[in-house]
Amino acid sequence: MNLLSSVLSPQTVATAAFIMVVTLTVVGALIAVAARNIFHNVLGLAASLLGVSGLFLYLNSPFVALMEILIYVGAICIAICFAIMLSEPLHLPRPPRNKIKILGAMAGAGAVFVFLGLLLKKTTWVPAVERSTDWSVTTIGHYLLTNYALIFELVSLLLLVAMLGAIVTARGGRSKP
Amino acid sequence: MLLFNQLQTYLYLALILFAIGLYGVLARRNLIAVLISVELILNAASLNFMAFNRFLAPHPAVGQVITLFIMAVAAAEAAIALSIIVAVYRKLKSVNVEEATELRG
Repeated sequence: MNLLSSVLSPQTVATAAFIMVVTLTVVGALIAVAARNIFHNVLGLAASLLGVSGLFLYLNSPFVALMEILIYVGAICIAICFAIMLSEPLHLPRPPRNKIKILGAMAGAGAVFVFLGLLLKKTTWVPAVERSTDWSVTTIGHYLLTNYALIFELVSLLLLVAMLGAIVTARGGRSKP
Repeated sequence: MLLFNQLQTYLYLALILFAIGLYGVLARRNLIAVLISVELILNAASLNFMAFNRFLAPHPAVGQVITLFIMAVAAAEAAIALSIIVAVYRKLKSVNVEEATELRG
């Protein structure tokens, strides 16, 4: 009984769930870059983004976690699926992989990984002296409409321009039936 | 000290995501796969912001606001990139990076 209660303590359960979320994130990211089939890449990306939103839950931000699912998994992954359907058919034979390019990419990414990892190990992070404990969505809304109002408006303008630009770019070259 | 209550855990995770995304950008030849890798890199950046926000920042709402901005910019970037990919496919009948060499002198 004692063993059972220690196994089922909130800390143990939370740690197990955290490890599952981390596994989902990393395995999804690996599928997203390593699989041959482009559709499997998108599914891996969706899994990885779901894992990242779980990490955001662990970081005390349920609102951002929901937005992650809504924007990335709900919008961007679906848009990528549409682009896949509008571009190359999946059944065509793919060109063989270039070994030298893959090795070079591994070396480059590995070098950056080792450098940043060593940097991370060496740095000591100092928290702010006085930390507010206000995590609520209300505060985020206040920040968006006071301190960051200009950026908020600029982002809306950016989205409008991106939408128009996407329509103009993707329309060109289409002929009448 | 619990695993998920340490800043280092999240920073290392973001580093792993960033390295995987960087490998994808360098190694893949399909334009859509390159875009997917860029999304992974952007997610690593947001994860870093959220981790610092949780453990170090004086006002814990600011990092969340910045992560929301990153998401909005990523959505705009994905829309533009996908429309360019569709346009490139119409012109070249291929989404391979190595075949899009029209601007080469």
